[in-house]
Amino acid sequence: MKLLTHNMLTSHVRGVRPGGGFPLRIQATEVKVNNVDFNQEFVARMIPKVEWGALVEAAESLGHLSDLPHELPPEYENNEDFLRKVHHVLLEVEVMEGILKCPDSGREFPITKGIPNMLLSEEET
Amino acid sequence: MRGWAERLIGSGGAMARGLLPSYLLLLAQENLEFRLPEIKSLLSLCGGQFSSQQEIRINSPFWILSFPSEEMARGLMKRTVCAKSIFELWSQGKSAVELYTSLKNYPVEKMVPYLQSNSTYKIHIHAFNKTLTQEEKIRRIDALEFLPFEGKVNLKNPEHIFWILEDYGMDPNNVPENPLDLYFGRWIADGQRELIESYSVKRRHFIGNTSMDACLSFIMANHGRVKPNDVVFDPFVGTGGLLISSAHFGAYVCGTDIDFNTVHGLGKASRKNQKWRGPDENIRANLRQYGLEKYYLDALVSDASKPIWRKEMLFDAIITDQNHISISSNYHLSDIFFDLLNSAAEYLVMGGRLVYWLPVYKPEYTEEIIPRHPCLKLISNCEQMLSSHTSRRLITMEKVKEFEDEDQYSHLLDYQSLLYKGHNSFREKYFSGVTKRIAKEEKDNQKCSSLSCPSAILLMDLAVMLAGQMPVLAQAAGIN
Repeated sequence: MKLLTHNMLTSHVRGVRPGGGFPLRIQATEVKVNNVDFNQEFVARMIPKVEWGALVEAAESLGHLSDLPHELPPEYENNEDFLRKVHHVLLEVEVMEGILKCPDSGREFPITKGIPNMLLSEEET
Repeated sequence: MRGWAERLIGSGGAMARGLLPSYLLLLAQENLEFRLPEIKSLLSLCGGQFSSQQEIRINSPFWILSFPSEEMARGLMKRTVCAKSIFELWSQGKSAVELYTSLKNYPVEKMVPYLQSNSTYKIHIHAFNKTLTQEEKIRRIDALEFLPFEGKVNLKNPEHIFWILEDYGMDPNNVPENPLDLYFGRWIADGQRELIESYSVKRRHFIGNTSMDACLSFIMANHGRVKPNDVVFDPFVGTGGLLISSAHFGAYVCGTDIDFNTVHGLGKASRKNQKWRGPDENIRANLRQYGLEKYYLDALVSDASKPIWRKEMLFDAIITDQNHISISSNYHLSDIFFDLLNSAAEYLVMGGRLVYWLPVYKPEYTEEIIPRHPCLKLISNCEQMLSSHTSRRLITMEKVKEFEDEDQYSHLLDYQSLLYKGHNSFREKYFSGVTKRIAKEEKDNQKCSSLSCPSAILLMDLAVMLAGQMPVLAQAAGIN
């Protein structure tokens, strides 16, 4: 699971307060870094969609903050240095094994071989 | 034969005539219904809009289109899998004499740049619905000697290629002596037909029983107007075949599937002479096979009916084939399409497109059964035959209105509870029937396993079921 995907995910357990299911807390037992071709345009396009605080928090919790600032800098579109760091965190850092934990209900979603399992039982939805 | 009936499409009309350059599009004679939506979608993607100088014959391989620039023609051909080639149209006629007269009237200043003495060229003859002899071809080339060609002929690697195209009509049993229409033009570009071969499912690493044929998966990405740097989502991702075409066009892709084994690439193989899937048969490896791994975001195990996405994170396109869903998954089949439309309405960007297949039981099909949503506009609806009684329709919809909470099933609530009550017994019967059939198929599959398609049977059951339920649902959704 890439951190871009993590930034898109929210818990959907029944009874979670609106907005309370985000961000899922990552408890990783294995993290891998894969090289992905840098595409400046794509990264710049994704940043406005990303919940910045959640991204920084997730990267930090995995020990891959990669010097990302806690506040999104102004006029980042042409700041290649910065965009490369964001690229690394969004697309190259991957959680291979671990769990995602709903911050509201505590429900855990396992990640195995890099693939999160978001299935819930009937009673949970 | 169905589908061959000549339908006429409204044209750009006299407005366009003479103002915009004309281009001749040579189309492949397959997936006929899918061609016009593809060309329209791609032209709008290139910043243009569809306009035809004359009424086009929808089933003909020759269409005359007009748009402002050759650049747009090239953009179109970088994407189309329905069209073979495009030409700058210099002349046309109903007879050879008419063709030559019209060619003599083509402005010299528009020809000259391509006829220079320091250039090389060749002339190619293309006849549709007839095979010409070498002698006949030479005669046609000789007849063009009135053109001021200054360059040298080079058959292997010419700078400019001119085509004579002759149309002998659509009926192979009644080929006329002389062509019905003739065209002369300068070749500009070929389409992407070679992708059909290079992305053939036969040579794909990781496949399922229902992997989409390569041509259709590219058509789907084109109907969905997928463009570079988009994020494309497939909620019924299966083995990820549909992600490949979007990634080929430069979009980043992700998918979910309710089947853990499929997403993890575990379990029985769908390939002949292979019992179990290999350790690296998965969606990501599929993209890697084509050099597209950089566009892979993630594949997740998830139920498409449950919202797992944060609201602000919007997809540019949702492209899917939901017809391989597992019977054991307990997914309420009748709800698939409404969950799909609803999540498209919620998670697409404005102007983003949803492309999916609707199985149809043909005797009961009417346009009213196509599910509607207040936030989505129907763009196109193309039929693919499966059997005498069943077909599936490729539905393309575009988000035209922001999603608000009241759009969430508001128009369906009353009908939903009704449906659950009314069709539970039906569903039980349905599932028991299908379960038996699937068991039989698996047995058969082991005997003569190949790239067989149990989905056709599954689809038929789905279609029968839809025939029972959809009118009610469509009524519920459509009257808005």
